[in-house]
Amino acid sequence: MGSLDRIGGVYLLPVILALIAFVFIGQPSSWATLTVAGLSMGMMIFLMASGLSLIFGLMDVLNFGHSAFVSFGAFIAATVLAALGGWLVADSAFLNIAALFAAIGAATAFGAVAGWAFERVIVKPVYKDHLRQILITMGALIVAEQLILAIWGGVPIQVQRPAILTGSIILGDVSIEIYRVFAFLLGLAVYVGLYLVLNRTRLGLLIRAGVENREMVEALGFRIDRLFVGVFMAGSALAAMGGSMWAGYQGLITPAIGGELMILVFIVVIIGGLGSIQGSLLGAILVGLMANYVAFLAPKLSLASNMLLMMAILLWRPYGLKPAAKG
Amino acid sequence: MTYAAISSPSTPRRVPAGRLAVYAVVLAIGLALAFAPFLFPDVRAQEVAARICIFIVLVASYDLLIGYTGIVSFAHTMFFGLGAYGTAIALKAMGPSFTAILVGGGAGLVATLVLALLIGLLSLRVKAIFFAMVTLAAASVMLVLASQLSDYTGGEDGITYQIPRAFAPAFKLFEDGDGKVARLFGVPLNGRIAAYYFVFLTSLALFLFMLRVVASPLGSVLKAIRENEMRAEAIGYKVVAYRTAVFCLAALIAALAGILRAVWLKYAGPDVVLSFHIMIDILLMVVIGGMGTMVGAVIGVVVMTLAQFYLKDLMQIGADATAGVPVVHQLLEPDRWLLWLGVIFILLVYFFPAGIAGTLMNKEWRR
Repeated sequence: MGSLDRIGGVYLLPVILALIAFVFIGQPSSWATLTVAGLSMGMMIFLMASGLSLIFGLMDVLNFGHSAFVSFGAFIAATVLAALGGWLVADSAFLNIAALFAAIGAATAFGAVAGWAFERVIVKPVYKDHLRQILITMGALIVAEQLILAIWGGVPIQVQRPAILTGSIILGDVSIEIYRVFAFLLGLAVYVGLYLVLNRTRLGLLIRAGVENREMVEALGFRIDRLFVGVFMAGSALAAMGGSMWAGYQGLITPAIGGELMILVFIVVIIGGLGSIQGSLLGAILVGLMANYVAFLAPKLSLASNMLLMMAILLWRPYGLKPAAKG
Repeated sequence: MTYAAISSPSTPRRVPAGRLAVYAVVLAIGLALAFAPFLFPDVRAQEVAARICIFIVLVASYDLLIGYTGIVSFAHTMFFGLGAYGTAIALKAMGPSFTAILVGGGAGLVATLVLALLIGLLSLRVKAIFFAMVTLAAASVMLVLASQLSDYTGGEDGITYQIPRAFAPAFKLFEDGDGKVARLFGVPLNGRIAAYYFVFLTSLALFLFMLRVVASPLGSVLKAIRENEMRAEAIGYKVVAYRTAVFCLAALIAALAGILRAVWLKYAGPDVVLSFHIMIDILLMVVIGGMGTMVGAVIGVVVMTLAQFYLKDLMQIGADATAGVPVVHQLLEPDRWLLWLGVIFILLVYFFPAGIAGTLMNKEWRR
């Protein structure tokens, strides 16, 4: 293990997975397309999973209602995009991008505000009581899903993509959807942003200290509850952002979107280890790649394969690949 | 912990009035179920009564986990579904016979045991929250599998099949002098009655068995683990072993309830035995009734089942009254009843974590 750790340790897993898949798939062009699809899917799931993981790491709260933010993000983005329909089909790249960022921004802002309200009303009274946390966030999830049904109705909603992000780039005989590249880059930007904030700023230092030892941070005179609200808002906003990206990726969304994604998000967080951003990224990429490769090789086993991956990793590392220091 | 109030014997000189009331209500429900075919002769009421019987078993077995041991699992419907699907597939493949029920149910039970052992040993050693996530993921995968392996499970449509002739409405349980089906209090004693009593008596036996389990030394160990895991381990109880054992036990009972459901319904499909809505129903029933009290399961199931019928009626009235108001009207539509139930659920978890039975049972005589 010593030499393996030096060249990347568990971070090599996605590479190994990609190599194994290459052997099975055989055609380099399909493999490349699937790999890009897997990476971009992984990045979108990372957006959703990182928030959940961070909230858990700092606050010891597992929010089963997290998927509600994903759903709301998707639906708000769809609504904004529909309202700005003229901008989407316009011939100006600037208007295209402006509409997209308006949609993502609206979803993210909503996530932050709703996250604030959620933390104050739902989560705050039940800190340190896991059983009631699970129950109450589950109740909140039911209410949120029903609200979505009441507001947007049960029929699937078509999501428009900006003209500039439709279509594919052709490299040799490999075709790559532009939207996937965009999703990947946005996810990467968020990861780098999170990484810098957590590792290079005073705020990040406090958050990491809080993950490590909450009482100590409090004893040193910092208002940890403000930190809690901030992280909760950020996590919810990330979930909503992930939801809005996913809405554009899928093109058609139903109120069940959050619930469906939540399973993947949970698997990612379990694989990666609760509380760590790096773990979430690693888990998300693994799950994204696995889902796409298996969907190509054996479509029926797609979701089950991720379950098996999770089981295998749990056998090997019961706390996930890269758990935060607290374990 | 919030449970301390429920479980600690408050050395009562008199039995609290609330406790008597709860027992009286549960006894009344039990009697009503026992004579349901004669009290409520129409078909729909019988369906409701059988559903209540089966769900009491299901919810009580879930209470073993969440209320007595403090394990939160979202895989309970998975086991319920395994029992039901096992029976259904066997009845479809082997024809309507009791052998098919035995074989299919047996296969479902074995699958349940293996899966429960696997999940339990794999993930019960880590945090409760972790376990909840693992079970949720496992249950959703099972749901997807059931709809994708449509050659065996019938996919989204599910499976319909025949049940043994002794349970069919045309079967004459007793014949009168003319060779017609005998009647008791005007109710024909046909195979449907036999099926109902099969469901009722099996449910009763399972419920009494669970009452016995929680009153046994095993029950005390489970409560000890719930209250303080470290301490239980320190006294010398292997926490992981006990947790896995109770998880397997609860899963097996859930699978038995699934068999009953399959036999009664003559149908097994994702919506009635496997879907996540059933899991939410179970969760609501346990919390509303009262976690950590077996009788709470009975009350929770009855209250929720009645609420599902009457809350909708009530909301229809509300929706009609506010027909002109845009948002309020949509929120009051009968289809949104789960919204209000969710709100009630959250308030209950805040203010009455002990549920109806748990709260009432601690009420003393008024002084």
